Amino acid sequence: MTSLTEKRAPRTQPETRKIRGKVHLREHLMGWLFVGPFGIVFLAFLIAPLGYALYLSLFQKKLIGGTSFVLFDNYVKAFTDPSFLSGAWFVIRFSLVSIPLQIIIALALALILDSVTTVFARFSRLMIFLPYAIPTVIGAVMWGFLYSRGFGPLTDIFGLFGATAPDFLSSDLIFYGLLNVVTWQWAGYYMIILYAALQGVDPTLYEAARMDGAGKWQIATRIKIPLIAPALILILVFSLIGTLQFFNEPQILRYLAAGTIGSDFTPNMYAYQQAFSLANFNYGSAISFALGGIVFICVYAFLFFTRKRRSFL
Amino acid sequence: MKRRRILATVAMLAAGTGLVACSSDEGGSDASNCTNTITKQNVPVVTMWGWYPNTQLVVDNFNKQHDDVQVCWTNVGQGSDEYDKFQTAISAGTGAPDVIMVEADRIPTFQIQGALVDIKQYGFDAVKANYGEGAWKDVSVGDKVYGVPVDGGPVAMIYRKDIFDKYKITPPKTWAEYEQAAQKVKDAGGPLFGDLGANVSALTMALQIQKGAAPFTYDPAQPKAIGVKLNDQASKDVLDYWGGLAKKGLVGTQDQFTPEYISGVINGNYATYISAAWAPGYLTGAGVGKGQDTGKFAVAPLPQWDPANPVQINWGGSAFSVTKQAKKPELAAKVAYGLYADKESLTDGWTNQIIFPLNLTALKDPAFVDLKVAFFNGQQANKDVYLPAAEAYKGVAYAPFGQYYLDAMTKQVSEIIKGSVTGSQAADRLQEDVAKYAKEQGFTVQ
Repeated sequence: MTSLTEKRAPRTQPETRKIRGKVHLREHLMGWLFVGPFGIVFLAFLIAPLGYALYLSLFQKKLIGGTSFVLFDNYVKAFTDPSFLSGAWFVIRFSLVSIPLQIIIALALALILDSVTTVFARFSRLMIFLPYAIPTVIGAVMWGFLYSRGFGPLTDIFGLFGATAPDFLSSDLIFYGLLNVVTWQWAGYYMIILYAALQGVDPTLYEAARMDGAGKWQIATRIKIPLIAPALILILVFSLIGTLQFFNEPQILRYLAAGTIGSDFTPNMYAYQQAFSLANFNYGSAISFALGGIVFICVYAFLFFTRKRRSFL
Repeated sequence: MKRRRILATVAMLAAGTGLVACSSDEGGSDASNCTNTITKQNVPVVTMWGWYPNTQLVVDNFNKQHDDVQVCWTNVGQGSDEYDKFQTAISAGTGAPDVIMVEADRIPTFQIQGALVDIKQYGFDAVKANYGEGAWKDVSVGDKVYGVPVDGGPVAMIYRKDIFDKYKITPPKTWAEYEQAAQKVKDAGGPLFGDLGANVSALTMALQIQKGAAPFTYDPAQPKAIGVKLNDQASKDVLDYWGGLAKKGLVGTQDQFTPEYISGVINGNYATYISAAWAPGYLTGAGVGKGQDTGKFAVAPLPQWDPANPVQINWGGSAFSVTKQAKKPELAAKVAYGLYADKESLTDGWTNQIIFPLNLTALKDPAFVDLKVAFFNGQQANKDVYLPAAEAYKGVAYAPFGQYYLDAMTKQVSEIIKGSVTGSQAADRLQEDVAKYAKEQGFTVQ
C-alpha cells in the first residue's frame, strides 16, 4: 500500500524548451496509446450502457398507450415505492452490521498471522482465504443446503442434544443466515489485503517501538493499525459498495428459503425483477440509478468522515 | 455479494440486447445451438423453446416424420425462467424462437404485447377437431387462436396411502373434512397434511376460482378496460382457509418444486399434495416414488366447498405458440400444430405421466383411459379422477399482465405465511397492488 501513497519522482530538468515540447508531445501520444484500449472498453461497456440506462430511466412504457417521456417520474415512484425503500433499508442495516463484523475478523486474523510465522500460519492463511475462491453461487447453494431443515446437518446436530435446530432460512433469522454466508466468503479476502499491507510496513518501526518499551498489543494498536489505515478504508469502501448492491446470495437462497426472500428483498433484486421478469426496463433502470445514488451518498459520507486518512483516493 | 457495479451490469445487459439487435440477422435462437441433433440437411429449420421432460423424444419423432421442416430445440428453463428470457427477447425485438412452449395462462400476457401470431389462418381447420372446445378456449384471446394445446392440468389430491392408513382416515371430500383430517393426523403426532407454497400462485388462484372467484374479466374487443376482482368473499375465504391451516401448523409453508420440498415429499412429511395431473411425472423425475416411497401414493378427487355443486379446476398445462419474430410463420405454425401431436409422443407423455393430454385421440384411447398408473400403485387414476376433472373444467379468463399478478400473489402469500397479515387482508392488499399496476399500465380498471 505504501507504493500508492509515494510521490512520483520529480522529472529531471530538460535542457531546452524545444526538446521539452517534443518529449511532451511524444509522452502525450504514448500515454493515449496505452490508455486507448482501456478507454475504448471503458466507453463501450461502462459509459455507453450507463448513458443508455439513464436514457431508459426517463421513459415509461405502458401495455396500453406505448412509450412516453416522463422525465423523473420513475425516480419519484422509486423513492415512494415501499418495495424499493424497504430493500434499501435492508441493505443499509445489513451493511451496518456485516461490514464492521467482517473488518474486525479480517483485522484480527491479519494481525495474528502477521506476528506468527510458522508453517501452520501459512496453511491457515490459505484456508481462511479459500472461501473467497469458491464462486458466490456455489457458496450460497452450499450454505442453503447446510441450513436446510430437510436434509441439512443442523437438524441432526441439534437433535443429538434434543434441541430444535434454528432455521436460518426463516424470515426471523435470514438476516443472520446471510450475514454468516457473506462473512465466511469475504473476511478471508479482506484479511489477505490487510495482511499484504502489514507485510509492507517497515519492520524497523517495530524494533524502534520495542526499544521504547512498547508491548505486542501496543505495537498492534499504535503502529500497525494506523499504518494500514489506508488499506482498511479501501476495503471498507469496497465492502460498502458491495453490500449495498447485495444480489447473488439472496437471489440464490430465495429458491431454498420458502417465501422469506421476496423478489424485492434488495434493491438490485427488485431492479432485476422489474427489468427481466416484468419487462419494465425503464423502472428497472431508474431503480438502478436510484441505488447508485444511495451508494454514492453512503460512500461519500463515509469518506467525508474519514477524510484525514483517505490518502488512497 | 456483487463486487462489480450492478447498475452498470443491468445497463449493460439492457444495452447488450440492443447490440445483439444490430449484429444478428437470423432472429430467434441460433439454429446451430440445438439441444437435439438434426440429421436431415438442407431443410428449413424452425427454432423452438420448451421444457417437457420428454421434449428430446418429441422433437426427434417430429423430425423423423417430416422432410420439409426440422425442429431445433433448446431448453432455456422451466416456466418463469423461460418467460423471463422470452420477455427480454420481446423487448429487444430479437432473440426469441419461432415456436415457444407457454402455459395457457401466460398467452394473454404475451399476446397483448403483440408477441404471438394468430395461427388460425395456417391450417387451424385441419386440426380443430382434435381438441375439445375448452382446450381451444384456453389458448384463444377473443376469436383469435394463439397456441396449439398440448396438455392440461386437472387438479386433484395426491395423497400418501400409508399415512392415511396409519391414521385411519379416508380421502376428504370437502375442505372442511380436509381440515378435520389434518387436525386428526396432527393430534396423533403425524406429519403435515399438505403445503401452502408461496411460489405456486397459479394454483392458489385456481383454488380461489374453485370457490367462485373470477379474478379478471377482459374483453379483447375493448383492450383498454379490465375487471380486477381479487378481494371478493370467495378469494378471501380461500386465503383465510389456507392461512388458517398454516397458522395452526396443519400444513407446511414450503416453496414447491424446491429440493427441500421434494425431500419432504419423499420422506413422507406431507400427507397430501394438491396438484395437477402432470405432477406425478415431475415428482418421478425428481426422484419421488422410486425408493422407500415406491407405490405409496394414491390420488383422489379434489376436495370441494359445496359437494352438491362440485367445481373442477386446472393448474398449468401448456401450448405451443408461434412468435411474431418467426421469419416463416406458416412453417412455424406447422411445427406448432404437429409437435407433440403424434401418437408415439403422446403415448410416451401420458404413460410416463409427464402430460395430461388434451389431444382427443389420446384422451379417447382406451389404453389411456384404463391405464393403471404405476406411480399410484396401479390405481386407474385417469378414469377415476383426472378425466372427470378435466371434463368438468370450464375454463378461465386470464390476465394480460399475468406475471405481475402472480408475483404479487406470491408476495402476499409469503406475508400470510409470515403471519403478518390474514388471508382477507392479503386479498385486499393484492387487489390494491394489482389494480394500481393495471392503472399504471394504462388500463381502465372496473
